[in-house]
Amino acid sequence: MKKFLTNKSTFSNYMTYAGVVIAFIILTIMGEAGGLSSTMKGQLVPVCAYVVMALSLNLTVGVMGELSLGHAGFMSVGAFSGAVVASALQQAIPSDGIRLVIAMVVGAILAGLVGIVIGVPVLRLRGDYLAIVTLAFGEIIKSIVTNLYIGIDAKGLHFSFLNPLEGLEAGGRMIMNGPMGIPGNTKISTFTAGFILIIITLMIIFNLVNSRSGRAIMALRDNRIAAESVGINATKYKMMGFVTSAALAGAAGTLFGMSQNAIIASKFDFNTSILVLVFVVLGGLGRMWGSIIAAAALTILPELLREFSEYRMLIYAIVLILVMLITNNPGLKNLFGKLIPRRKGAAENE
Amino acid sequence: MLTFLNHFINGISLGSIYAIIALGYTMVYGIAKMLNFAHGDVIMVGAYVCFFAVSAFNLPPVLGLLAAIVLCTLLGIIIERLAYKPLRQATSLAVLITAIGVSYFLQNAAQLLWTSNPKIFPDFFGGIAIKMFDGQLIITLGTLVTIAACIIIMIALTVFTGQTKMGKAMRACSEDKGAAQLMGINVNATISTTFAIGSALAAVAGVLLCSAYPSLVPTTGSMPGIKAFTAAVFGGIGSIPGALLGGILLGVIEIFAGAYISTQLSNAIVFLVLIIVLLVKPTGLLGKQIREKV
Repeated sequence: MKKFLTNKSTFSNYMTYAGVVIAFIILTIMGEAGGLSSTMKGQLVPVCAYVVMALSLNLTVGVMGELSLGHAGFMSVGAFSGAVVASALQQAIPSDGIRLVIAMVVGAILAGLVGIVIGVPVLRLRGDYLAIVTLAFGEIIKSIVTNLYIGIDAKGLHFSFLNPLEGLEAGGRMIMNGPMGIPGNTKISTFTAGFILIIITLMIIFNLVNSRSGRAIMALRDNRIAAESVGINATKYKMMGFVTSAALAGAAGTLFGMSQNAIIASKFDFNTSILVLVFVVLGGLGRMWGSIIAAAALTILPELLREFSEYRMLIYAIVLILVMLITNNPGLKNLFGKLIPRRKGAAENE
Repeated sequence: MLTFLNHFINGISLGSIYAIIALGYTMVYGIAKMLNFAHGDVIMVGAYVCFFAVSAFNLPPVLGLLAAIVLCTLLGIIIERLAYKPLRQATSLAVLITAIGVSYFLQNAAQLLWTSNPKIFPDFFGGIAIKMFDGQLIITLGTLVTIAACIIIMIALTVFTGQTKMGKAMRACSEDKGAAQLMGINVNATISTTFAIGSALAAVAGVLLCSAYPSLVPTTGSMPGIKAFTAAVFGGIGSIPGALLGGILLGVIEIFAGAYISTQLSNAIVFLVLIIVLLVKPTGLLGKQIREKV
């Protein structure tokens, strides 16, 4: 127990779990007691999804040190594959909860596979070039999903690319309709499911970061050449981090998709990738609790600013710029540095 | 054959616009080492300024363009001064997020000022076109002006960076800021000038872009901005001839992919080509290979 409390990173990890659990309990009680407005209630599941997205991107950007600008692509893969699976299994499995779990697993696996396909070429590149290729992949995924048609009838699933699907048997229905996406989606995501996903995500990330593989990944981030010279296989460990991150983003996508009435591919565009990156950078690279707070606060902020109506996005932009200017102000940084000694930034979780 | 030629000319015209935008990206990246995501939105502002100068104040198009250039240059300097300059010492990610904030700000300010209803940009070239081979090959005046503008800007920039004192200072800064400062170069002023030039180019690109694709909304600049950024990377970011080459190739590929493969997939094909190029040549077509030293 003494060792547990003296280990700073373990302590911070457990505090993160505790914070999430407390927030969940408070919000659930408030929801039951009617303390939350209906718009806030509607935001709970998307907030969970964005928190998981931010955590998974933090794994790529903060822990691996690679800038990804196409993370919404994985979210898109997860959202659409999950929704198709959930829709296809509607008759076979009546329980919403089990269907959601299956959909999430499928979403995560597919996004992970896409992560492998993208990771092979992407992780060979460095720095800004890697960023631009992830951006390109995000756009490609968006184009492909926009042109995909999936229908279901007695014979099973039917796929079509580019051309609208024809020749479904009587009683069959379209699940995915190209540019219109999935128009009639059944909402089966719940706040509890979102909470469980956040906890699972945290467990996966903390366990990875504190393992031998995690230390290898961080060694590669800090100095690739030095890490390789002591025998760390760069491709293997980068791939491990990237695919984990992609799979988590896929699960978050399923969670998000199943909380919407309609899913369209253009929702998961470059702007969404950037939005999640904003959460990660504002929360602090490598700091998981920071990502959680930033994602939750910034998803709710536009709702809270609703009274400013049309000015709210303008205010959001100004807040974003000001926060960046203030947190990076050398004078303030020194002040904080004196107040909180040994603040190590991204190396927090080592 | 003639349709092919038509597509080719359209591709070069679109590519010239991308090239002009990409020049702005590449110059700023080369010197400040930052991805200026707000660049695409400066394009949009330029197009709006020109639109209002021409339609509301009845100015001739040339004066409209001039107004756009002046205002965008000012805007570029102000943005640099307020949002980027305080972050000179910060990490590149922090600057990136600030640039995204500026981009959101410009888009939303434009939405408040000018609403999201599309404005129909006036046709400055009166539909004048050269028709050849019984009208099968059409080259519009707009296309010619766009290509000419791109060539002129290209030559002017090459001369500027190669011959003038400021240009030399820019090249010095992009190579080594610390050493440049020691040689008595005012690094801050150089960076501000680069932003001013980049924003002026964005204004020109905005006017040309909206002459070709007349629907003007607050998000007009974002997609061309992203594509021009890819073009800059494609050609090798930081390199001026690279931006030209990358822009034109990107435009031609986009038009050809749309015409011969699939309109819906033209964007995907553009990005796929980019990925392949970067895999074969990880620093872009004309980028310099920098040896990593231990």
